[in-house]
Order: sequence, then structure tokens, then C-alpha cells
Amino acid sequence: MVEFLQFTLSGIVFGMIYAAVALSLVLIWRGTRLLNYAQGGMAMFTTYVAIEVIYRTGSYWAGFVVALAAGIVLGAAFQVSVIRPTMNKPPLNGVIVTIGLLTLLEGLAGIFFGGQYRSFPAAFSVTGLKIGTTPLGVSRFDVFTAAAVLVTTLALAAAFKYTTAGLRMRAAAFNATIARLSGIRVARVLTIGWALAGLIGALAGVLVSPSTFLYPNSMDTIFVFGFTAAVIGGLDSPVGAVVGGLLLGIALSYVGGYLGSDLTAAVALGVLVVVLMIRPGGLFSATRVRRV
Amino acid sequence: MQSLPRRLGVAVVVAVIVVLASIKLNTFRDYQIAEIAIEVTAVAGLTLLTGLSGQISLGHGAFMAIGAYTTALLLMHLSWPFIAVLVLAAAVTAAAGAIVGAAAARLRGPYLAGATLMLGVALPSLAYAYQGIFGGDQGLNVAFTAPGFLGATFPLTRWQAWVSALVALITLMLLANLYYSRIGRNWRAVRDDDVAAALDGVNVAAARILAFVVSATCAGIAGALLAIVTGLVAPGAFTLTLSISLLTAAVIGGLGSLPGALWGSLVIVLVPTYVTDVATSHGLSSSVGSNIPVAAYGAVLILVMLVFPQGIQGGLRRILTLFTGPGPKTPTWRHPPTPSAEQARASQHEKEGTS
Repeated sequence: MVEFLQFTLSGIVFGMIYAAVALSLVLIWRGTRLLNYAQGGMAMFTTYVAIEVIYRTGSYWAGFVVALAAGIVLGAAFQVSVIRPTMNKPPLNGVIVTIGLLTLLEGLAGIFFGGQYRSFPAAFSVTGLKIGTTPLGVSRFDVFTAAAVLVTTLALAAAFKYTTAGLRMRAAAFNATIARLSGIRVARVLTIGWALAGLIGALAGVLVSPSTFLYPNSMDTIFVFGFTAAVIGGLDSPVGAVVGGLLLGIALSYVGGYLGSDLTAAVALGVLVVVLMIRPGGLFSATRVRRV
Repeated sequence: MQSLPRRLGVAVVVAVIVVLASIKLNTFRDYQIAEIAIEVTAVAGLTLLTGLSGQISLGHGAFMAIGAYTTALLLMHLSWPFIAVLVLAAAVTAAAGAIVGAAAARLRGPYLAGATLMLGVALPSLAYAYQGIFGGDQGLNVAFTAPGFLGATFPLTRWQAWVSALVALITLMLLANLYYSRIGRNWRAVRDDDVAAALDGVNVAAARILAFVVSATCAGIAGALLAIVTGLVAPGAFTLTLSISLLTAAVIGGLGSLPGALWGSLVIVLVPTYVTDVATSHGLSSSVGSNIPVAAYGAVLILVMLVFPQGIQGGLRRILTLFTGPGPKTPTWRHPPTPSAEQARASQHEKEGTS
């Protein structure tokens, strides 16, 4: 029973990270109808930036803030420089460009930061918390991780709901042509969407790296789990992304705990295939499923 | 190259070049010939899948792993002759391709790319989960020797180069036949407009699944060749980078073009070796040298897609038409129509049921 509780709690923590990756994918998908395969690569790269800043300044929080800022800059820069020109081409071109970005970032990380595994510091203690004498399987840093993603998500949701900029973004995602006719600068709104996605991705990278180590491919697995979470949630729905992330995180935590961690990726693949076969639109999608 | 005799002629010429080159050149070049043959076998399948049937796969490394592990297990436990092993490895990968293809036939572009990406990440991890069968991180050793009638001094690498090149040529010939057959036309029809294809009586799902089966089989054959050429099958060889390098080769050569698959494979095999050599000889560390090609793959993928989506083969074709002018036999479908921005977006929204 204690074991079950531990797996559940640590599943929630990892689920929040998958949720963050999923959320960044959903943000871009809603605006540009493109899945950003470079999302994991961007997070990996900004985490390397963070580690360099932390070593130079000795301050964790300086690295944390710089990583988030780097995420915003990377997201916006990629959207303006290489994604925008693919918008009027077949969708496959955009997909291949983001794969190119992923490969480019992984290669550059290997060149500048080296290919070896590096440990990444955590903001708070990583020793397990206890209630009485019962170990909970999560640490203070894990609590911070879950809280950070939750706060970011809620802030984002509030911004979408209550600010003018959020309204513009929703309008542009809902119908780009009408939004443009109403005077919204859709191109700029899309860039902001990418910047926000970069920010959330960078957050996920900084939060997950203490438990995975950092190397050029370190975010590959996290990215595919985030992608699976986004698909479970329906790619269109931010709420779905978070719920999908949590469901997947808890499920994979049980698989890893009871069956062995080498099977998590295979089980996630199974989940993805089953969801796509039964509900291709995801569990929370409002869009109609096409039939041909 | 639309007629069968011309294709056969080209294949014979290439075979003669490979044999002569492998005798003339040293062992390392023999190994590179084998590498190119392996690469082109896998890339040819992928380029047809993506360029002709319009489906993308980021998991072809996984199919190569299936072919390679099947080969290693059969050679190790049953010590069958290689030709029988190759056929069975192809059959096993075809079955895997059919399963993935059946799932893929229901998926649109981004979902499919993600699902295959997942496959590429998940499948090699099974080698760790079932160490008893697959040997875990260390992998499996593959024993492969040159046949006795060639004499004891015949270099093994040359034999490997010959076998790989022969298999690659046969595969390319078969794929070229498919390209110009009714099946190839169906794939193009499905790629350009699946609704119209369905109305014309094409079984869209069957066409998509078949494309996946064919392309997975090619990757499986390439994996089998990889197993006998490197002599070792380990999960570290089948990373995401492998899958992406296959896609890069297909894109560089020109998606949907079989000659393009060859150009792309030449670039992907030869350029990284050259770059790494130059980098290490200039005193750069090996991690820098080995990562320059990776960064270059990425940059090239982006540049080709933005500036020159037809790839090398498209460029060659354009240069040829400069000299000869567009011949009457130039089929129009070779240049897939690029819908304008508004059309593309409108049809996209229509597909997803959004407005």
C-alpha cells in the first residue's frame, strides 16, 4: 500500500512534466496546426544554457530565469525564421523543418557542451519526504516541480481567459482569416504562441533534468511521453493536455514500479496506439473526427 | 527510366562498377560500399513511403532493428544460409510493417510522425527489457563468413560489399517496378487527394498499409545487411538519430525519387566520415567531430525544405531539362502540385472539421 502511494505520487510529479511538454505542443498546434518536434530539443538546449549560467554565477535561480528567457527567445526566433516560410506549403514540409531543428539543436549541443552525461542541480532538497515514518517517495523538489507547472498552467489559462492578448490568441486559433479581418495581427500572435511554448518547454527541461541527467538526447523520451499526453488530451485542449499528462505519468509510474522501467516506453507506445485507434481525436477533443 | 530493359541496364552497369571498385579499393572503401548499399535500401523504401504515399515515418530505425535482430537470432540459433535468413527477416519486418501500417492508415501526418517516433524510441528499449533473448546493451554477435569457393584469402569486407550491393540493387529494381505500376499510381493518388482517390475506386486504407509494408520490408532488409556487415546487433545502433538520418537522406535526394535515394545515401554516408576526419585532423575533439554531421543534417533538412524541396534529383532534373527541353514523355505528376496558402489551410481545416 505504501508502495502504491509512492508510485502514485511520483507518477503525479512526472505527469506534471509530461503535462508541461504536452501543453507547449498544444499551444503551437492550436495556432499553427503544426506539431513541433523540436520542442524537446529546445528544452534540452535551454537547460544546457541554464547549467552554464549556474556554473558561472553559482546561483540556481539565475540559471532558472535565463533558461525560461532563452526558451521564449528560441521559440519566437524559430517561428519567425524557419516556421513562417513553411506555413503556405504542404504540412509535411513544416513537420520536416521541425525535425531538422531538433537534429540541429542536438548536434549543436554536442559541439558546444559535449556529449557526456551531466548532472543538473535541483532547487530544493531531493531527499524523500516522510509523514511520520512513512516515506512518500517524493521530495521537496518534486513538490516544487508539480507546483511550478500547476502555477504556470493556471497563469496561462487566466491570461487566455481574461486578457486582451489572450483573447486575440484564442481568436487567431479559432479562425485565422476572421481574426485577421478583425484587425488582429495573426502572424505576431502566432509568434507569441511559439514564445510561450518555448517558455513552458524550458520549464519542463529545467524541472526534469535533475532526475534524468542532461545530454543531447536527454529530452527525446520526455518529448514522446509529452506527445502521447497531448494526443490523449486531443492536441487541441490545454485542459486535456494536463489531464493526459497526469494520467500517463501515473500509468507509467505503475508500469515502471511494478513491471520494470525498461517497459515504460513500450507501454506508452501501446497507450498511444490504443487511444489513436479508439478515439483519434483524443479524450477531450471537441473537433469532429474525419472519416475517409 | 520508365522501361524495364533500361532499368535492368542501369542495374547491371552499377553492379559492374561496384565489383570493379571493390577490387580496386581498400578494405575501408569496401566497408563504405556496403554502408551505402544498406543506407540506400532503407532510404529507397522510406522515400517511396513519404514521397509517393504521403506518409511520414520517424521510426524506420526500429524496422531496421527488427530485421537485424531477426538475422542475428536466426544465424546464431539455427545457422541457416544467409539467403533464407534474409527472406525470413524481410517477412518478419513486413508483418511488423503491416501492424504499424494498419494503425498508421487511420492517422494524419502529425499523429503518424509522432506514433512512428514513439515506435523508434520504444522498440530498441525492449532489447534491454528482455536481456536473455536480445543480449541487452551488449547486443548479439553475428557470425558471417565469405563462402569457401572464393578462396581463403578473399577479403570478407569485399564479400560483404558484394552481397549488400546485390541485395540493394534487387530491392531498387523491385521498387522501381512498383513505382511505375498501378500500385505506385494509387499511392500518388492517395497522397494528392484521398477523397478523390476513394471516389475513383482506390482502396485508400489498403494502399496506405501496403506502402508501409513495402517500406518497412526495405528497412528490415537493410537491417539484415547491417547485421552481417557490422557483425554486431546492439540497441545503441538503432537510435532516433538513425531514423532521422534516413529521413534526411530521402529529403536531400528528393522525396519520392529512387535515384534521389541513392544521391541522399551517398551524401549521408560519405560526408560525415569526411567531416569527422577533417575535424579530428584539425585538432578538434572527437565529440565535436562526430556532432558536426548531426548539426549539418538538421541545417540541411531545414534548408532543403525551405529553399529546394525537390532535393538533389529535382535539381538534376531541372539541369537536364535546361539542355534537352521538357520532353513529350515528361509526366506531369512528377511535380506534385503545391497548393496555395489559402487552399492548403482551407482543406486542412475541412479535414479536421474546424473552421
